[in-house]
Amino acid sequence: MFDEAYPVHAFAASSAAIQLTVNGEKQSFSGEPEMPLLWYLRDILGLTGSKFGCGIGLCGACTVHVNGQATRACVTTMKDAAGKEVTTVEGLEKNGLHPLQKAWMQINVPQCGYCQVGQIMQAAALLNSKKKPTDQDIDEAMAGNICRCGTYNRIRAAIKAAAGEMS
Amino acid sequence: MSGIENVSRRRFLTGGIVAAGALVLGVRYYPKLAAGGKVPHDTNADRATLHPSVYLGIVPDGTVWIVAHRSEMGTTSRTTLPLVVADELDADWKRVTIEQAIGDARYGEQNTDGSHSIRGFYTAMRVAGATARFMLIQAAARQWDVPAAECETDLHVVVHRATNRRAGYGELATAASRFPVPKQEELKLKPKSAWRYIGKGSVSYDLEALVTGKAIYGMDARMDGMVYASIERPPVLGGKVKSFDDKEPLKVAGVRQTVAIDPFQGAPAFQPLGGVAVIADNTWAAFQGRKKLNISWDNGPNETYSSDSYQKELQATSHNPCKVVRNVGDADAVFAKGGKVHEADYYVPLLAHAAMEPLVALAEFKNGKATLWAPTQNPQAVQDIVSKELGIAKEDVICHVTLLGGGFGRKSKPDYVAEAAVLSKKLARPVKVVWTREDDIKFDYYNAVASMYFKAALGTNGKPAAWLQRSVFPPIPSIFDLNAVYGDPGHLQQGWTDIPYDLPNLRVENGPAKAHVRIGWLRSVANIYHGFGIQCFTDELAHAAGRDPLDYLLDLIGQPRTIDFKGVEYPNYGASLETYPWETGRLRHVTQLVAEKSGWGKRKHAKGTGVGIAAHKSFLTYVATVVEVEVNDQGEVRIPRVDTALDAGLVVNPEATRAQFEGAAVFGTSVARSGEITATKGVINQSNFQDYPVARINEVPAQTNVYIVDSDAPPAGVGEPGVPPFIAALCNAIFAATGKRVRDLPITKLGFS
Repeated sequence: MFDEAYPVHAFAASSAAIQLTVNGEKQSFSGEPEMPLLWYLRDILGLTGSKFGCGIGLCGACTVHVNGQATRACVTTMKDAAGKEVTTVEGLEKNGLHPLQKAWMQINVPQCGYCQVGQIMQAAALLNSKKKPTDQDIDEAMAGNICRCGTYNRIRAAIKAAAGEMS
Repeated sequence: MSGIENVSRRRFLTGGIVAAGALVLGVRYYPKLAAGGKVPHDTNADRATLHPSVYLGIVPDGTVWIVAHRSEMGTTSRTTLPLVVADELDADWKRVTIEQAIGDARYGEQNTDGSHSIRGFYTAMRVAGATARFMLIQAAARQWDVPAAECETDLHVVVHRATNRRAGYGELATAASRFPVPKQEELKLKPKSAWRYIGKGSVSYDLEALVTGKAIYGMDARMDGMVYASIERPPVLGGKVKSFDDKEPLKVAGVRQTVAIDPFQGAPAFQPLGGVAVIADNTWAAFQGRKKLNISWDNGPNETYSSDSYQKELQATSHNPCKVVRNVGDADAVFAKGGKVHEADYYVPLLAHAAMEPLVALAEFKNGKATLWAPTQNPQAVQDIVSKELGIAKEDVICHVTLLGGGFGRKSKPDYVAEAAVLSKKLARPVKVVWTREDDIKFDYYNAVASMYFKAALGTNGKPAAWLQRSVFPPIPSIFDLNAVYGDPGHLQQGWTDIPYDLPNLRVENGPAKAHVRIGWLRSVANIYHGFGIQCFTDELAHAAGRDPLDYLLDLIGQPRTIDFKGVEYPNYGASLETYPWETGRLRHVTQLVAEKSGWGKRKHAKGTGVGIAAHKSFLTYVATVVEVEVNDQGEVRIPRVDTALDAGLVVNPEATRAQFEGAAVFGTSVARSGEITATKGVINQSNFQDYPVARINEVPAQTNVYIVDSDAPPAGVGEPGVPPFIAALCNAIFAATGKRVRDLPITKLGFS
């Protein structure tokens, strides 16, 4: 449906260029350092798994990992991402599906699905720090991620299922 | 089981939300085969060896292509309708590939709105599948030289049991394609006992793509050579650019140019709002450049609009006699006798959709044709508006439908797609228009603000001897006709003219209200305010009578009967009243069912806790909901449990249906807790999730139990009907817990949070 050969905007690497790692690959960016990471990922690298929802860090649809921490890519500038390791949903799991993605499918979480990648990235960071989260842990960790379709109870169940699977 | 129904005789509602299944049967056959004509865009189904219907094709390797002609925004239309085709075809779901249709009238009506995809196309899908199965059987019978009547199908194969022969659909496709397409009368649909998928359902066809980020939404559409646009629109509806200065935006790295867009002419309908577009190499540069625009506006007459005074105006209108839209007996005569009377004003503000994916569209105008990629609920409306805006034929507008990151009715209105088309023509290159969340909130087609007045004369046992209700709201037709001030039958029917109570004296009225913002349909539409008003006022009367709210509600619904709409303009959501009569017995049944399942009257409720009940039919589905709340001393409301029972007739996909009702409870929570859009001097005050909050994981019902009534009645809607009774039941529960009556949404106005 879409042109697969969408050209990645080439920015000449220079000494002033921002260096970062995205999903294990080194990248160099010499555009506007104030550009949010989200638009670099989406418009320049063509990694569209991370979504634009609010632009001000209130909905979590753009959640990625920066040095392992769940981070809102829409309010993280390229300057702030310099030298960091960024993981998006495209790099979440090298082999097949992440246990959270499996649990999401098992419990049939998504409706429209637009927020779900951000939810999964947020949940993955939670499980990295807490192997067996309680309901309260989950609510605290996930309260920044909005789902307008209202799949919250299934999200909670899927996180618990994945936690059980991973332990 | 629903018989084959000629859906083409259903009413087509102009400008309303339902244009159900118009002429579905007339477009079953591929026009290219029939008339030698060309279609604007071939599907794989069109190109398949066996292609007996626009909705499917079978190729020799056994792959079945099924065309999803409805949009997918999370309700599973894109999965559930193809499931019906696959069932009637006796196809192996694992060998089905779904492809999304472009906007094209040959598929029938495509506006994925009004909870009517299944209702409108259930029969058409069965016929499509049965047609292919019929032809495959013919081919096998001839090959084996046996009567077709002796052949049957099993999963993806035709079998002749007597001689133990089998042939796969793929190997039969070529031979089957040589047979004439049978008439519908020749087809025999499967009996219910043989159904594989109908009633059992399935998860989304796209499930894995949704959790891996591979799913393509409108926001993800891209094209070689495209530029990005962000548009500064007139802050007041109907405003115009007086002058603008783009010196500063043009200094922003990545910004290419600015383009003025004309304001709309006459009524807004789905035309672009106008303004100034900033064109750039990436989305962020377009956003940055736009912030630096300096525009002088002519705001026009809507500058006088402010929500506070408007609320007072609506309320004042509702306190005087209005247009009578339904009447039973003589309510005035009863009121004139004096006696105990109970009155109340109810109010619901403007509401925004706030789907997670902000509006976005990609357009390429080339060689006199427009090609679009958009998350639209209504690709044929895209064809209409784009053809008008660009002055080209409708057939020259190719609208590809991406997945939708939520829709809730907003994406039925293609103003944003028209913007991209207009810009692409001006710039002679592909343009992607990206709305910010602020744009999404400020330039919505809002669910109408509504003021309602209720009056009841209390008779024996506290039952109303007379009931009067007036609603006043700016109507949706105002987006098509600036002079429209009264509710149209299509929206007055939504929980208002169809108040289901068995009352001797009932008067239903509607008053005029002029719109100053664009009004549109949002998940359950006018049912939101009407359901809230009627179901909470009922609860008030129950308490006034000192009666149990469940008992009282059942008493008002009365004994099972079919509502007589004689003298009432009642479109019945585009369905015939013969096929879909209004049966109070079914509303009564779901009310009793939810009461039983929730343990109504059996559980003890501590101080600060309570339960509320409400029953409401919408989109032809009967729903009753019980909500339990805990309210602490600070007024913080927690919702430990929701029970909801529904009778939607035949339910094709129960799993998806449960999900819709769980989601409806969350959507309703957002409306009740924080849903409020206001305007000052014509400008919308809210802009993003900080001032238009929607419910988060820690604010929603902790548990939502959904009970689906097993029914063979014709299928009805499931996407929207869960919302209205939830809101009312929640507010009734708050009253039970606190003694405070919410009459004015959101609940924050009464100090709750």
